[in-house]
Amino acid sequence: MPSHEQIFEDKIEREVRIEPKDWMPEDYRKLLIRQMSQHAHSEIVGMLPEGNWITRAPSLRRKATLIAKVQDEAGHGLYLYSATETLGITREETIDQLLSGKAKYSSIFNYPTLTWADIGAIGWLVDGAAIMNQVPLCRASFGPYARAMIRICKEESFHQRQGFEILLTLSRGSEAQKHMCQDAIDRWWWPAVMMFGPADESSPHSQKSMQWKIKRFSNDELRQKFIDVCAEQVKVLGMKLPDSKLQWNEETQHYDFGEINWEEFWNVVNGNGPCNKERLAARKKAHEDGAWVREAAAAYAAKKNHSSEIR
Amino acid sequence: MEKISSENWPLWEVFIRTRQGLDHKHAGSLHAADAQMALENARDVYTRRNEGISIWVVESKYIHASSPEEAASFFDPANDKVYRYPTFYQLPDELKNI
Ligand SMILES: [Fe+2]
Ligand SMILES: [Fe+2]
Repeated sequence: MPSHEQIFEDKIEREVRIEPKDWMPEDYRKLLIRQMSQHAHSEIVGMLPEGNWITRAPSLRRKATLIAKVQDEAGHGLYLYSATETLGITREETIDQLLSGKAKYSSIFNYPTLTWADIGAIGWLVDGAAIMNQVPLCRASFGPYARAMIRICKEESFHQRQGFEILLTLSRGSEAQKHMCQDAIDRWWWPAVMMFGPADESSPHSQKSMQWKIKRFSNDELRQKFIDVCAEQVKVLGMKLPDSKLQWNEETQHYDFGEINWEEFWNVVNGNGPCNKERLAARKKAHEDGAWVREAAAAYAAKKNHSSEIR
Repeated sequence: MEKISSENWPLWEVFIRTRQGLDHKHAGSLHAADAQMALENARDVYTRRNEGISIWVVESKYIHASSPEEAASFFDPANDKVYRYPTFYQLPDELKNI
């Protein structure tokens, strides 16, 4: 009889999805809980920088769109929390890890949204980078993760398109609007490039994740793909990416690009970005302010259960 | 009756019928204090783009699943019954409409 490990490795090899009740190595479970909950937290915290502009969106159309997008991100967080729970961690524990600062979320959300153009830049670049990351995750070896990603990817493409449309409108506007557009791109470009995570040689979890077919491409591969796509798309806006070394390379058939500021990356990861404290404080406040709703709902459900038992 | 804590609402499985005439299909799960809240949350989480015309929610604890460990022996009885398929029966070509 083959061992549990052999059956598991054989399924991975043959592209058979692993389901929650199947045997899996403890490290696989841990790696998934870490990656999926981080992903869920990112969707939830990611609502904050955009939520900042809902009340100030420049038109009803933009406002309705932004609300719909932010709602989608809440949905994405919930799909992923549910999928994470199938691995045996409770929702409560997962949320606690976020609120206590133990769990990480994508560093990109620790940057502020200073102008309306930032909402455009987030849609185009941040959701764009997220899509680049997420499409291959639709084939992740863990079934619930892959299924959640399929649902998410279907919804993401509107996010990126509405962002690009915002920038396109600004890029065709007044001098001040054009300037605002370029300024947002300047501020969001490098943080978006860093969204793919550390370079391959300094990404400890990446290798394991690829071996188990959770991730399909390395951080650097996805980053290159993102840069290649954006370097072309930015031309449609008539804007520039803030990288003097960005240049098409005939030989590699890719864009060469400048040095990434890893010091800044690790600084933000380690809690010292411009908005880390603010974001966490906002999540904690929302959780605490919502306590009475949770209590009331529980009391109401208990009362209804009780009266239906008596009847 | 077990007590529902405010920090840990029960888990519900969500099944959605996408169009009239189709089966309800598992869509995912969510937490809710009671069935009504589970239905409303399921609508908000799983049908923001007209993905459904009907939703079922079932508390996850009421779902009993076959065990993957025993899948081989559990499904084995169906394995060697090729005579359950129409192609098993060799009939002459001149026989039509069968
Ligand atoms: Fe999302
Ligand atoms: Fe998004």
